[in-house]
Amino acid sequence: MSKRDRLSGNEAVSVAMRQINPDVVAAFPITPSTEVPQYFASFVANGMVDTEFVPVESEHSAMSACIGAQAAGARTMTATSANGLALMWEMLYIAASSKLPITLAAVNRALSGPININNDHSDTMGARDSGWIQIYGENNQEAYDNFIQAVRIGEHPDVMLPVMDCYDGFITSHAVENIELLDDDAVKKFVGEYNPGESLLNRKNPISVGPLDTVTHYFEHKRIQAEAMKNAKQVILDVAEEFEKLTGRKYGLFEEYMMDDAEVAIVIINSTAGTAKETIKGLRAKGIKAGLIKIRVFRPFPVEEIAKALSKVKAVAIMDKCDGFNAAGGPLFNEVTSALYGRADGIKAINYIYGLGGRDVSVQDIATVYDRLLDIVNTGNIGEVYNYLGVRE
Amino acid sequence: MAYNLKESVKKPERLAGGHRMCAGCGAPVVVRAILRALKEDDHAVIGSATGCLEVSTCLYPYTSWKDSFIHSAFENAAATVSGAEAAYNALKRKGKITGDTKFITFGGDGGTYDIGLQSLSGAMERGHDMVYICYDNGAYMNTGIQRSSATPSFADTTTSPAGNVIPGKMQPRKDLTLIMANHNIPYVAQTAPMGNFKDIYAKAEKALYTPGAAFINAFAPCPRGWRYETPLLMDIIKLAVDTCIWPLYEVEDGKLTVNYKPRKKLPVEDFLKAQGRFRHMFKKGNEWTIEQFQKDVDEKWERLLSMEEN
Repeated sequence: MSKRDRLSGNEAVSVAMRQINPDVVAAFPITPSTEVPQYFASFVANGMVDTEFVPVESEHSAMSACIGAQAAGARTMTATSANGLALMWEMLYIAASSKLPITLAAVNRALSGPININNDHSDTMGARDSGWIQIYGENNQEAYDNFIQAVRIGEHPDVMLPVMDCYDGFITSHAVENIELLDDDAVKKFVGEYNPGESLLNRKNPISVGPLDTVTHYFEHKRIQAEAMKNAKQVILDVAEEFEKLTGRKYGLFEEYMMDDAEVAIVIINSTAGTAKETIKGLRAKGIKAGLIKIRVFRPFPVEEIAKALSKVKAVAIMDKCDGFNAAGGPLFNEVTSALYGRADGIKAINYIYGLGGRDVSVQDIATVYDRLLDIVNTGNIGEVYNYLGVRE
Repeated sequence: MAYNLKESVKKPERLAGGHRMCAGCGAPVVVRAILRALKEDDHAVIGSATGCLEVSTCLYPYTSWKDSFIHSAFENAAATVSGAEAAYNALKRKGKITGDTKFITFGGDGGTYDIGLQSLSGAMERGHDMVYICYDNGAYMNTGIQRSSATPSFADTTTSPAGNVIPGKMQPRKDLTLIMANHNIPYVAQTAPMGNFKDIYAKAEKALYTPGAAFINAFAPCPRGWRYETPLLMDIIKLAVDTCIWPLYEVEDGKLTVNYKPRKKLPVEDFLKAQGRFRHMFKKGNEWTIEQFQKDVDEKWERLLSMEEN
């Protein structure tokens, strides 16, 4: 049913794309996502897929071609990073509002400027309100598994929204790890056929897509879009359950690590969760009740579930690999604290901005965050809320 | 069968009446003329850049398009339709669809010469089997008559106003048709909905039924931006062609043919004087602007004729 392999994150995601055998892939290269269309182009050249590969002249055209293709009834995919995602910005919103379930491998990289090719989350965090579902993965296995599930989630009739599979540039995209791959047939069966009821190519029922939508209907259409995002939460859980039956690998809205009796916790996204788990092992050996929440689904944001998961901790540090430039904190901090408000009041919450532009974060760095949390618990003094980890001041 | 206007207009309309384009506008005339060249049994996926045509023909919950239609944004109509064409190839290969579908994109000169040039160039270079038609009215009319790179020299627009010091737009037009010809695609043409519409019909038919990418630049006067009396639409088009301001030609597999050579080439004043946007050129002291305009037109016309010979 499955086979073990050693692949980089980008290789794993391109294998998932080959197994899904989409109708159209339109992409433009940008580090560190370049390998995804590169591997995929070789699958096309070697006749391993039936896909029409469109090597566009920019990311703006990549997303535009994806919109045209998906509206025409094709299962459509692309990959990008950082400035490429930024160039797609306008079209991200149009893809989402047109209810087009495109799948995008978003390989996280710092957004210029200054130009920097290494990992942080400033690219996809900027696109957090574009109407796309965002699913994050810690390692190659999760990037692969999330990509396959993304297709099912986006195309669900209650959802019909585009999905980003976000994973860390270089750390995940280029590092080779052990991975368990599904059989090609199992993936094909899991994702099924894409047969949208309405499409541009349905000549029996021609449709118009992307009309001018004035004050009489625009608001209602945005309301429908918002409802689809609400619906996505249950669909994500249902698809995960089905995926677990197939693979034994369990996915939820977020992962709770050592949270059962945790007194201090951090909330974090993507690969640094692996580093933090190592820190926690060391702390637990010393009898410190440290825990971690690793966000998997950032859009829709699991507000009630997060509040419940954090309700018993005494202090929490929310870790952002992206600054908010609002003079108050990063985007994840804002989401988590607003989730706690009125649902789990009184929990002391602080924010750390870390790892910008690929700055390395070690087990010891994370340990200083837990030290700070323990200090808050012991003294009752929260101190500075908006902090930086590992920067030269 | 020889072309016959009376017969061709008996085909079912593919752009329904009741749309909101202005009286005396050239764009819907161009669109209907192009779509008449489609075989009746063929389905079409028609894309449009943001612009007058799009906001006036597809206003939720109404649409004037009898075929499938898609608009996504301003600068990417060619890329959007190229994706739909890719979908067609994939789904056809997988046996999921039957019948022939043609892919057509319309954009104004703003969406084509300027903000959409990159996506147009990319789609044409990739060789998608699609036709891109620019309805060139020589300015950003939808936003209120701002200059574009297609605006003729000296035209008075809201961002190249004719003032006491500067007499309108000081740069010549970009020659987009030849830029597209230099993409070495199978078919490129410059046309206008003139006379019995034979020129535009024949070019649309060639563009639609020649495999590969094709580009048509169609002259489409704008009564608001050009400031002419709406009944003069067809006269203005004829004057543009007879003054050689808008030559009719085509480039088939690299071979350029000038399709219409006026028996008597009219002076540019005949075209300029009917339009408010050029009124300042006739003021005392601005005679040089007309001389300059004539000189430019003459040089470009001669160059075109020499390209035909070569």
